[in-house]
Amino acid sequence: MKITFKLYAMLADHLPDEARKTNSLEIEVPSGRTVAEVIDAFNLPPKLVHLVLVNGNFVPPPERAGRALAEGDILAIWPPIAGG
Amino acid sequence: MAWNKKILRVNLSKGTCASEPLNMQWAQQYLGQRGLATKYLVAETDPKVDPLSPENKMIMTTGPLTGTMASTGGRYSVVTKGPLTGAIACSNSGGHFGAELKMAGWDMIIFEGKSPKPVYLWIENDKAELRDASHLWGTTTWHTEETIKAAHQDPQIRIASIGRAGENGVLYACVVNDLHRAAGRSGVGAVMGSKNLKAVAVRGTVGVGNIRDFKAFLQATKAAKKVLADNAVTGQGLPKFGTQVLMNVINEVGALPTRNANDVQFEGARKISAEAMHEKRPGDGKSNLVTNAACFGCTIACGRVSQVDKNHWSVVNSPKYWGATGGLEYENAWSLGAANGVDDLDALTVANMICNEDGMDPISFGATVGAIMELYQMGVLKKEQIGIESPFGSAQALIEMAHMTAEGRGFGKEIALGSARLTKKYGHPELSMSVKGQEFPAYDPRGIQGMGLTYATSNRGACHLRSYTVASEILGVPVKTDPLVTDGKADLVKAFQDATAAFDSSGTCIFTTFAWTLGDLAPQLDAACEGGWTLEKLAEVGERIWNMERQYNLAAGLTAKDDDLPKRLKTEPAKSGPAKGLVSGIDKMKPEYYKSRGWSAEGVPTKDTLARLGL
Repeated sequence: MKITFKLYAMLADHLPDEARKTNSLEIEVPSGRTVAEVIDAFNLPPKLVHLVLVNGNFVPPPERAGRALAEGDILAIWPPIAGG
Repeated sequence: MAWNKKILRVNLSKGTCASEPLNMQWAQQYLGQRGLATKYLVAETDPKVDPLSPENKMIMTTGPLTGTMASTGGRYSVVTKGPLTGAIACSNSGGHFGAELKMAGWDMIIFEGKSPKPVYLWIENDKAELRDASHLWGTTTWHTEETIKAAHQDPQIRIASIGRAGENGVLYACVVNDLHRAAGRSGVGAVMGSKNLKAVAVRGTVGVGNIRDFKAFLQATKAAKKVLADNAVTGQGLPKFGTQVLMNVINEVGALPTRNANDVQFEGARKISAEAMHEKRPGDGKSNLVTNAACFGCTIACGRVSQVDKNHWSVVNSPKYWGATGGLEYENAWSLGAANGVDDLDALTVANMICNEDGMDPISFGATVGAIMELYQMGVLKKEQIGIESPFGSAQALIEMAHMTAEGRGFGKEIALGSARLTKKYGHPELSMSVKGQEFPAYDPRGIQGMGLTYATSNRGACHLRSYTVASEILGVPVKTDPLVTDGKADLVKAFQDATAAFDSSGTCIFTTFAWTLGDLAPQLDAACEGGWTLEKLAEVGERIWNMERQYNLAAGLTAKDDDLPKRLKTEPAKSGPAKGLVSGIDKMKPEYYKSRGWSAEGVPTKDTLARLGL
């Protein structure tokens, strides 16, 4: 199945060059792949995996290993950031 | 005591400057800056005063930590009655001006009356005098700074001034210091202009002494700086990406007010985000962002310094905009961009420069442009009235409206009124995205419910800096709460409001609170000045300040009816994102909030509450 994978701020360095202009990458993953499995596949530094959203909804750390993704989902991740 | 214990009272009608002692008893009850200056305003003025009359006073005020070695200890505030809102106004700014004022030996300046001709206040340590500013009137803040520094032959003078917006009575004019820092909201610059006061120029070489326990102060400030450095947000995220990193976050969670809050997600958000500011442009191969910058004493350095492409259509014939200068913060990028559907990063940067140059609040200006664009789309306003085609998304219209408002020409005189007055004039008051006449900032209350209550109950009109529940509802600081529900938000907003009032009264920056709590602030204050400052006392002082401001507003004639949101947010559901189908739950949260505050159902603090807080 296809999902959209987005990495922002410092995490964008983990995207292929061609995806950095949009912070977004469409990827093919096996059906039932979890949020944690996608994060692991990209070798993202755990300390930088802070704000994890699926379709804009926050997924708390304890739920990431059990949260299966569905076709068309948008998984977006930020390091610890803030603004105002 | 970190205090100079000295107020400078400037009577502009008489042309006099006089020194008087700071009320140290009040300093123990109201801390400093926001709290202490508001106490003076309450004591000395009628809340029903016309904000732009000589009877209104304007106070420039520091906190006990301003000018000290505490991290971010460079803040000052401008406190007055706001012309945009008719409510208490307190606008906070960084840069170096506040610290310089403190280092000149003053804690606060109270301006009263109105000068018969344009003047500026010149302060050199304990010497203070009013000087003629006729040659500066009609010029920008940038020109004013340059001219005063040249006249005094001293580049280290720090200056807070108004541009043409403040002179022309733009109701959201700000006071700009250090070229691109601003006491931005509620129209404090218009009050300064109404007094014929063009600028305050300060040179202070006395320094800040009177630290109560210097050894403890060194230890406390060092420990607090380590907390900021070790925190991923204040140590890494804010310096590198600034507040603008929020653009993609808030868009993703479906809370980015777009095209005058018709939508909650903006398809052009990525193009105007922090990530885009770091990228090389196709035109000149350079990035919009040049570097970051810090205010006085700050160890975070979230400020943006930007430079636009010299060949960009908006500046190709205006070399004065070619240099590196203050860049886009999140609020400005939103208000000038998403709020109007404009996704041209360099155009937004230039519009922001114009706001700095002539002293206008980009939030209120940009949101007013959004309302105008909607009226244009509806056919209520025509090109002939505005002077330019003004559909949503037009960067040309945005830039032209910034120029005409700053210069006070043509339709700019109407843009100067703000969205509440303008939309009412044209028969559509429901299109003003404001509370108490002040435009709300970059978080849609349909997608972040706590921010709806924040806007509705903010004492200075809609504002994010009175209780930034985004920290909790979106970013998880200090704990994550669900942005889509109303439960628990009354208590959350109250806690944020009280803590923020304490931080705003200390001389430090609210951005420290992404890492600090009142527990980190208390030992720094306690070592700096007498008063037995503890976490508990700071929370109590914050609550006292909030209720004092509320009492001022009630006396000014505001009521519970003014604690409300624009109809659109209560009746038109979000069209996309996680909040799709939701409206603001303000009507449920408001009574819960009044109860949590110890106020009556009409939003009036009860006798018990006032007695408990010593008011």
